[in-house]
Amino acid sequence: MKVVIRNPRRRELELAGQRKVGQLIDELDLNPESVIVVRGDELLTRDDLLRDSDTVEIISAISGG
Amino acid sequence: VRCIKCQEKAVTEIRRHNAAFCCEHFLEYFDNQVVRNIRRHSMCDEGNQILMAVSGGKDSLALWDLLIRLGYRTTGLHVQLGIDGYSSKGHAASRQFAEQHQVQLITVDLARDYGMTVPELSRTLGRAPCSACGLSRRYVFNREALEGGFDIVATGHNLDDEAATLLGNVLHWQIGYLGHQSPILESTHPRLVRRIKPLYTLTEKETATYCLLKGIAYHAEECPNSAGARSLLYKDVLNRVERASPGAKQSFVRGFLERARPTFDNESVELKECIVCGQPTTARTCSFCRMWDRARSLRKAKRSREA
Repeated sequence: MKVVIRNPRRRELELAGQRKVGQLIDELDLNPESVIVVRGDELLTRDDLLRDSDTVEIISAISGG
Repeated sequence: VRCIKCQEKAVTEIRRHNAAFCCEHFLEYFDNQVVRNIRRHSMCDEGNQILMAVSGGKDSLALWDLLIRLGYRTTGLHVQLGIDGYSSKGHAASRQFAEQHQVQLITVDLARDYGMTVPELSRTLGRAPCSACGLSRRYVFNREALEGGFDIVATGHNLDDEAATLLGNVLHWQIGYLGHQSPILESTHPRLVRRIKPLYTLTEKETATYCLLKGIAYHAEECPNSAGARSLLYKDVLNRVERASPGAKQSFVRGFLERARPTFDNESVELKECIVCGQPTTARTCSFCRMWDRARSLRKAKRSREA
């Protein structure tokens, strides 16, 4: 699957194999309190299953300054 | 994960409330939080003219959207800071929102209206950009509200902002700031417009979720000057605590407001009018006028030397 991370700098990853959103967040060492995972227009929660063909975006919800 | 209200698929979980919501019930929850905050603190009513401080980011646009929907009379105020590659995007998002919702947006451009951008101001003074920026924005909010006849300035400060500010003030025992941290800052002078923070019980994740669900195109980029900012460090620390102990941030802020703040509530300082601009201040000349006067003098001296 393709993972686009905006945290806040944009980077892209290609990961093989399906996994749940919660597992993906853990693998990337992100905090679920501060990110939102989106597939297309769909906001996902930790037990949603991601497949190899998916493109997901991880959006940081934290802003500073 | 299922919505606790209707059992439809949830779009978000809110662990501190032991809740998950579908789109419809998340928006209902968000509305209810803001309505309850406004009522609890008597923040505003339908007769008030509200000046909404808008950066173009998720928090201010979410609040503006909701205040409009709730029937409040609002006008947006955007302060154009002139930070390369950043400020123009926030301004564009604010303008787009105002056009879509057919509401008025006032833009104050620091370079055009006061003579320098935030980076120029920062370089000239040798001062951190964030302090020059914060001081300038707070000043402009009050001045524009006063001159425009607005009753209230609304800002998009959220639970994460309030918790991070509180943590910073506690770490450094800023007693004066602790005494004044509140979701509502009352007018203590005829020329000081009251400020309200109706989002103070909602997290940044919830305001971002609101914008995504409502299709609000907010400016998501981080200010280049915020890299390494203490506020980001405090938010990160607090979110780690929140992950291990859901509800910690809310308990921290709510406990402070209900139990600790009254003990820090120092007597209000006497405000007078700045001899230069007439804005409220504790000194003869307000800190904004002092800062800009010094910046203009330094720039003039530099130009003379170069000539």
